[in-house]
Amino acid sequence: MAGSTEESSLPETMISLRDLRVSYGTREILHGVSFDVMRGETMVILGGSGSGKSTLLRTLVGLEKPSSGQIILSGKDIATVSTEDMDAIRRKLGMSFQGSALFGSMTVGENVALPLREHTKLEDSTIEIMLRLKLEQVGLAGFEDYKPSELSGGMKKRAAVARALAMDPEILFFDEPSAGLDPIIAAGIDQLILELKRAFRMTIIVVTHELASAFLIADRMVLIDKGNVVAIGTVDEMKNSKQPRLRQFLDRVAEPEVEREMDYLQMLTKQPGRGRGTPAKRSA
Amino acid sequence: MEFVTQLGANVTGGLAYIGSLAELGGKAAYYTFIAPFHGKAVRVQRAVSQALDVGVRALPILSLITFFIGLILALQSAYELKKFGAISFVASAVAISMTRELGPLITAIVVIGRSGSAFAAEIGTMKVTEEIDALETMAINPIHFLVTPKFLAMIVMLPCLTIWANFMGILGGALFGVAQADFTFTRYIQASVDALFLRDIISGLVKSIMFGMTITAVGCHEGLVTGAGPEQVGRSTTRAVVMSIFLVVVVDLIFTAIFFFVSGQ
Repeated sequence: MAGSTEESSLPETMISLRDLRVSYGTREILHGVSFDVMRGETMVILGGSGSGKSTLLRTLVGLEKPSSGQIILSGKDIATVSTEDMDAIRRKLGMSFQGSALFGSMTVGENVALPLREHTKLEDSTIEIMLRLKLEQVGLAGFEDYKPSELSGGMKKRAAVARALAMDPEILFFDEPSAGLDPIIAAGIDQLILELKRAFRMTIIVVTHELASAFLIADRMVLIDKGNVVAIGTVDEMKNSKQPRLRQFLDRVAEPEVEREMDYLQMLTKQPGRGRGTPAKRSA
Repeated sequence: MEFVTQLGANVTGGLAYIGSLAELGGKAAYYTFIAPFHGKAVRVQRAVSQALDVGVRALPILSLITFFIGLILALQSAYELKKFGAISFVASAVAISMTRELGPLITAIVVIGRSGSAFAAEIGTMKVTEEIDALETMAINPIHFLVTPKFLAMIVMLPCLTIWANFMGILGGALFGVAQADFTFTRYIQASVDALFLRDIISGLVKSIMFGMTITAVGCHEGLVTGAGPEQVGRSTTRAVVMSIFLVVVVDLIFTAIFFFVSGQ
């Protein structure tokens, strides 16, 4: 990796966020987020609906441009890199989207092979072998000729992971991996993430609000609330923390009624049109 | 004062829209004509399947519509020409108005209805389901991947469809000519061919290429700017059709004016 050293004693920083700010129009979503992700660790980004955690993930993979701050990834600041450099960095990233985002017009096999066909000059037979390997890894061997619409929710998620793995990425991103899945299937996806972590020592970043899943897969966690980092630490540190907002999140305590009314009032008076909804209901 | 502000906002909004269409069209043109020389091949297979969709599958409905339009044109012009005892000019009236104007225009409108709307719906759905984002995270340029094959298919197929539309329109006119104006079929066709100059056909084809670019740019742009939620796809599709029809007429006007002033026709 350029800009970082391969020392075995010190954990190597994989991604480094410094005072990251992201805005949609005039509304700032992230108000100065800073933390590091080490090579080979699984970092879980926790947060309620509207906390800015999805925006954070989208910014990390280069889908949103930060308004200020730095994201050092592979020794380069992706907030300022050129399109060509960003494309080069993206080939080292794999992203599994919340709704899978498989291309409906292609088969599972074509979906997984797409990055290989686009970015490598490999022979069709080689691509075929790699494709089988990737599907095997996610437990979907033999499904290459199925259309995404013929798969169940959990299988779609797995196919999306296989596609994200296609280019052997250094960092794998998951957006709400268990969203919309029943507990058993969701547990299967958690297992898959753990296997990837064990087998490939991959750096994995997961955005979720599923606590059980987060505690199972995380090495470290960061809680994002209203666009700020509220707490960061290992699973044990987080469990034992006294930070009030973190406790509220982990203990699943609803927002106090008063605050909800205040929010509602604010929504009516300050933000014309649509407000942020009722946060208490969503986090409960 | 408020009216002026509103007018100003509308004008800048309109210009920004045209600007983003030009940007999209420009990028698609770059990936079609220039990038292949820098090792970024056009996806020929995707372009061919788009061409089948845009072109070949439009033939039946386009043939029927333009045949009827040709027949209507013959009836309408005969109504006026008969007064001067010049009904034999029906062939040239139909041939000229089809090739110069109605052939390209009707073709464009049929293609907007079939393909412009489909482009917006397809890309809009991909936007809503994060497939466009997925392409970007895989370092695949969505314009190169999605828009370029459509662009290429459109600028090739629209002139082809237009030639076919011209021919069917003339056939429609011939039906009237043979039935009501004492033409034989061969004499009607001969009269049509005699009436046409090459520039009539060329000007129509140039316009049809421009229409193809406009329809692709609007359809794909509307798809790419689709907001969140499935209901937005419907809105994008509607907007794509309405804006395409409007802009095709504007482009038609501009090019007809250019041809008029440049060649004095």
